Amino acid sequence: MSAPSNLDRAESVGRPLREEPRPATRLRARHLLGIADLSAEEILLILDTAEAMKEIGARPIKKVPTLRGRTVVNLFFEPSTRTRTSFEIAEKRLSADTLGIAVGTSSVVKGETLADTALNLEAMAPDMIVIRHGSSGAPHLLSRICRSRIINAGDGMHEHPTQALLDAFTIRAHKGRIAGLKIAIVGDLLHSRVLRSNVLLLKRLGADVWVCGPPTLMLPGIEQFGVHATTSIDEALADADVVMMLRIQLERMQGGFFPSLREYFNVFGLTAERARRAKADAIIMHPGPMNRGVEIASDVADGPYSVILEQVANGVAVRMAVLYLLEGSVA
Amino acid sequence: MPKSLLLRGGRVLDPSTGIDGFFDLLIDDAQVRHVGRDLQAGDAVVIELARGLVVCPGFIDMHVHLREPGQEHKETVATGAAAAIAGGFTAVACMPNTDPVNDQAGITEFILKKAAAADKARVYPIGAVSRGSRGEQLADIAELHAAGVVALSDDGKPVASALLMRRALEYAGMFRMPVIDHCEEPTLKGEGVAHEGYHASLLGLKGIPAAAEEIMVARDVTLAGLTGGTLHIAHMSVEGSLRAVREGKDRGVRVTCEVTPHHVVLTDEALDGYDTNFKMNPPLREARHREALLGGLGDGTVDAIATDHAPHHYDEKGVEFDRAPFGIVGLETAVPLALDRLVHAGVVSMPRLVQLMSINPARILGVAGGTLAPGSPADLTILAPDLDTTVDPARFLSKSRNTPFGGWSLRGAVAATIVGGRILYAHSAFPALAAAKVARA
Repeated sequence: MSAPSNLDRAESVGRPLREEPRPATRLRARHLLGIADLSAEEILLILDTAEAMKEIGARPIKKVPTLRGRTVVNLFFEPSTRTRTSFEIAEKRLSADTLGIAVGTSSVVKGETLADTALNLEAMAPDMIVIRHGSSGAPHLLSRICRSRIINAGDGMHEHPTQALLDAFTIRAHKGRIAGLKIAIVGDLLHSRVLRSNVLLLKRLGADVWVCGPPTLMLPGIEQFGVHATTSIDEALADADVVMMLRIQLERMQGGFFPSLREYFNVFGLTAERARRAKADAIIMHPGPMNRGVEIASDVADGPYSVILEQVANGVAVRMAVLYLLEGSVA
Repeated sequence: MPKSLLLRGGRVLDPSTGIDGFFDLLIDDAQVRHVGRDLQAGDAVVIELARGLVVCPGFIDMHVHLREPGQEHKETVATGAAAAIAGGFTAVACMPNTDPVNDQAGITEFILKKAAAADKARVYPIGAVSRGSRGEQLADIAELHAAGVVALSDDGKPVASALLMRRALEYAGMFRMPVIDHCEEPTLKGEGVAHEGYHASLLGLKGIPAAAEEIMVARDVTLAGLTGGTLHIAHMSVEGSLRAVREGKDRGVRVTCEVTPHHVVLTDEALDGYDTNFKMNPPLREARHREALLGGLGDGTVDAIATDHAPHHYDEKGVEFDRAPFGIVGLETAVPLALDRLVHAGVVSMPRLVQLMSINPARILGVAGGTLAPGSPADLTILAPDLDTTVDPARFLSKSRNTPFGGWSLRGAVAATIVGGRILYAHSAFPALAAAKVARA
């Protein structure tokens, strides 16, 4: 088999793929900073690897020695339950030595810069640093000054690559493919790193992506993202295979982006009635944490088409795959 | 030591007097004496210039930040003035956003004293529009003027109040000083760090819409029309601002404007990778705005090129993109960039470049210079338009290295910088210029 081709980025974003490309045999980059750096082949490699990892999670003894002796630092500058726990479980199942650093207990509160924090951690020779940070590009800063491999666990409004990978994994588990699916993403587009990573990934694998939200929360320059943008949730949901709801980030809403949560729910909230516009076998997704009654009605979130908890479960397998492919696959 | 200098054989280019040709130029007693053919050397030091060199009236950077007093870890008057000389500028005008702000005569006098001691480029302080640049009450403008301030600006902290801007334009008119505005509507700018558009969206950076600038330019042009005051728009970055200035000029409003080299060379595409040396305010814009600025340079709407030289320590720039300060250094890259990207690229002619970087800044600020007419100060910039430059930040004379142009190869260099008849900088490729010693007048 030939080496993985370096798919031209613009080409793979702009044009739906006729057929699924073959998985790559390895990842080119040392770090996982964003979906933007991954080719379609590399994405498929991660998803395929995650299938194998999922099997480990189903065993009575959920542990393999792959990353024994490797040290992984989970450096979280923002609150996180799901992602942080998911990474920790993934690391432990691969037998890595892990430690978590939360901002409240670190030197950051004493005024240390991100670069100094990273360099001090580096001095203790970890193999990987998983970082979540409120500033877009913080993982890129680390990747320039650290020898450790950097995994982006969410940076500002930029990317959340492992979320998009676990979303794709979940979609594929239900639909068998990504290419050609109509996928509607609804909610606070502007502030969402989940949106950006998902758009990049789903376009790269050939999906027909629709995004929907109030004009005040639309991405400037959305027309260049190669997606359909609409303010009509009905249009976005019509015959959709996948409906992905995004969280209204209440903590960022001081700007008065819409009149009230009540009005938001009335115009953009996912109700059971609206969900019926999607295909009969559509799946409903949400990256969490949910605001019930704001972006999604409880009966939909808890209903038969919701795969929200599956997403969480799949997160562990996908993160194991990423850890393994970045670190475990090299001697 | 002789007090005269005779430059022979270069192309002397001075659109202010209509001179453009191969002439001798005699400097005596810190002034230009003659421009002509076969001038007698007398006891002057004679330098034979290569024919490719261009002798121009000294370039003036009308928008720099020298950081002294208060932020000497970034730059001082002395290091900034030295960087100016190395970059081909015989004079600079420094913005008042120091700590404390240059809003009173004592600060102005301090800066001028430091500049005299440095004995490099001439330094023209710009005073604050409002006390502490807080945008509330006019600074003591008459005292600032008497102390040597040549213009007024609250650069970095835009004048948000239309009423205060009106008063400033009215009051400064009494001293024939321009008010220089950093045009930015603060609520639209918000916490933005990059041009609002595709690239900021892709990178998850908060946007600054073009309208944030355009609205304030339109407001200020309207107020300049109302008051008859003299307005200069700093570092214009968007098409709509040009439109507003053009419209104002057409109906006789006293308005001029400047653009920076970085806004006419770079676009927001450069932000990919989050290098904070591409973070400035106004931000790098998308291609169509850059093209509009190039058009404005060509058609005469733009009056001046100024660098907005904004030194920052690497500790300050080496942080998350949204936390890094805005601004880049510009004094030591402006001339090579202008020669390579504007003159050689066919955007502006060499005479037009001299207007943009020398004649017009002198006229806008009402300072000496911008001409080689006999009797004018012997402030000259000698260009080597075909000499290759590789930008090496490690060799900057500025205290700071925050440039996005490190490693760039550009066609064009400064051959020498002459202030008051003395050669204060000469490129190592021209040893005769470097060796010439002329006494100060």
